[in-house]
Amino acid sequence: MSVRPQTRSPDSKPPFWRDRTKRALLAQCLLLAALAALVVFIIHNTQENLASRGITTGLGFLDDTAGFGIGQTLIDYSSNSTYGRTFIVGLLNTLLVSGLGVLAATIIGFTVGIARLSPNWLIARLANGYIEIFRNIPLLLQIFFWYFAVLQSLPSARESMSLGEVIFLNIRGLYLPQPQFLSGFGLIPVVMMAAFIASIALIVWNRRRHAATGKRLPTIWLSLGMIIGLPLLVLVVTGVPVTWEVPELGGFNFSGGVTIIPELLALWLALSIYTASFIAEIVRSGIQSISHGQTEAALALSLPGKLVLRLVIIPQALRVIIPPLTSQYLNLIKNSSLATAIGYPDLVSVFAGTTLNQTGQAIEVIAMTMAVYLTISLLVSMFMNWFNARVALVER
Amino acid sequence: MRYNKNALVLMTSAAALTLGSVGLAQADTLEDTLDRGEVRCGVSDGLPGFSAPDDDGNWQGIDVDVCRAVAAAVFGDSEAVTYTSLTAQERFTALQSGEVDVLSRNTTWTTTRDTTLGLNFTGVTFYDGQGFLVSKDIGISSAEELDGASVCVQSGTTTELNLADYFDANDMEFDPIVFDTSEQTVGGFEAGRCDVLTSDTSQLAALRIQLDDPDSAEVLPEVISKEPLGPVVRQGDDKWFNIVKWSLFAMLNAEEYGVDSENVDDMLDSENPSIARLLGEDGNYGEEMGLEADWAYNIIAQVGNYAESYDRNVGMDSPLEIERGVNRLWTDGGIHYAPPIR
Repeated sequence: MSVRPQTRSPDSKPPFWRDRTKRALLAQCLLLAALAALVVFIIHNTQENLASRGITTGLGFLDDTAGFGIGQTLIDYSSNSTYGRTFIVGLLNTLLVSGLGVLAATIIGFTVGIARLSPNWLIARLANGYIEIFRNIPLLLQIFFWYFAVLQSLPSARESMSLGEVIFLNIRGLYLPQPQFLSGFGLIPVVMMAAFIASIALIVWNRRRHAATGKRLPTIWLSLGMIIGLPLLVLVVTGVPVTWEVPELGGFNFSGGVTIIPELLALWLALSIYTASFIAEIVRSGIQSISHGQTEAALALSLPGKLVLRLVIIPQALRVIIPPLTSQYLNLIKNSSLATAIGYPDLVSVFAGTTLNQTGQAIEVIAMTMAVYLTISLLVSMFMNWFNARVALVER
Repeated sequence: MRYNKNALVLMTSAAALTLGSVGLAQADTLEDTLDRGEVRCGVSDGLPGFSAPDDDGNWQGIDVDVCRAVAAAVFGDSEAVTYTSLTAQERFTALQSGEVDVLSRNTTWTTTRDTTLGLNFTGVTFYDGQGFLVSKDIGISSAEELDGASVCVQSGTTTELNLADYFDANDMEFDPIVFDTSEQTVGGFEAGRCDVLTSDTSQLAALRIQLDDPDSAEVLPEVISKEPLGPVVRQGDDKWFNIVKWSLFAMLNAEEYGVDSENVDDMLDSENPSIARLLGEDGNYGEEMGLEADWAYNIIAQVGNYAESYDRNVGMDSPLEIERGVNRLWTDGGIHYAPPIR
């Protein structure tokens, strides 16, 4: 009779290295520790290296006077401002061109995407041509095209093109009149706000009434009427307390009014047109992903054509459209850093460019810049995920 | 593409600083250079007269001559140099992280750069000052008439700071249009995006001859800043610092003693003790620097003295035709003054 090896009673626990869960846990802990050690090593090593080379570190430079000018500033800025301020100026310029770009790219993209499916042969071909041309040329070249080929061939300041001697376009930019608000104008935003709140209340009430009685009001038109009409009425009643500051040619250039610099125009055009070509394809694929049966079913219920699109096709298409659309928005925001190629003062040009060079704080500046893009992208991503969850198909 | 390259240099430099071994700063640059067999030199992205490739792709210019002088001193061969073309933005990071060992790229000596960046300026190759280039069409004769002008300027230069200072001090407004490279800056100026192009006056001379029609533009008389341009090395390696510093001083001293690339062989027999010390016939100055005794002889024979370099690259024998002006030796009424070799 052989001696059986010692066995454990069934309820005693196996040693932890035999337990798959615990083993996995251990491996994960080890990996995490190794990762943490690597990060600590990198930080420590960087500090040692910087110190041993006599390179100043830290974020103290943000309080120093910048001493250089920036071509487009959305907030007060002068060469006496700090490097911290240049960061904000650059960030706002990045957000401006990204925001404008997202807006324009969405509008162009949806229009072209729907046009691509048009039964009209010419419109569909044109939309197709647009998509194939603009999504297949590198973005940087498109930026150069708009900036160097198109906008730099505009006339000089003295030979500006003008629209009614109020709006001027030349190589230095687009000059628009700027409204100057006189006293008494303060009432307008208040009225507008009130109209806005009333509109929301109306929409909520209408929705409840619709659910309860099946009747509905044309709330969109009513709201628009309130939001636009009421302030206009007040404007007329108070005697139009607005004057327009028209740009005037003096010295080297136009002064007064609002200036849109050509760098912004070129970057905006290039980013919107390029991204729109991708969005158009996304919209087309979203719409085509809805089976034709849905349209037929909606038509069989004798829904009018407009409502078929709005109530049946688009809500379902959005589920397919939104995730890739988010990626396009993120791409557009990140691509805006190509601004530095044509001298648009965005974050990369102003902060990771000039500020980095004047202070020499490469690691801090680049880390801050990367953190900004990461943060913006994550925020956009979060918002789009929330929106996606809202339009997602609720399965019962 | 410049922008990708730009980012790449910054990234690799940052990686070198984060991942590179501690103690690189104490490294012996001379020994590493001797092992490698060539001097790694950071130059501009193409500025005629200072550092630009010629028709055959060889780098030429007064800044390039400093690199060649260092190579001649170290190896006895002025061609033993690898050049790295750097934009104004990349230059310091490339030097800090050890991608280049000498930065000779029309770089202005300022306090910040000398202290917080962990760098050392070894001397002055060219005394410059900032000026303005304007189109003749706009009919301006003085910089004080520039109120409200759009100004094209290259990013990451002291020029950007001086510009703001000058307009502030004179209570004038301006719109800066900031470009990455000097070609883009000139492009913007030519297209009429800006009224004025500002840079160091020597560069303006170089940029003006690159215009399609050089006669359509002129340099305004005002010089608004001090721009001493010189070679830069990393802090913490005094031996290498000395070699770069004295390579330039050797060229200046050679001019002062009348030694040039033509007569240097005859001068070996010179009775003048200063020349004997310079050429290594007397004393062991080369050895004390960690070099051969004929280090300065090699520089003068292969690169020439300061005057030869100046005339060939930026002076009257070059297309730039910049007057010597303050860049004369102290003995001729200029401010170049090299310490004696003794």
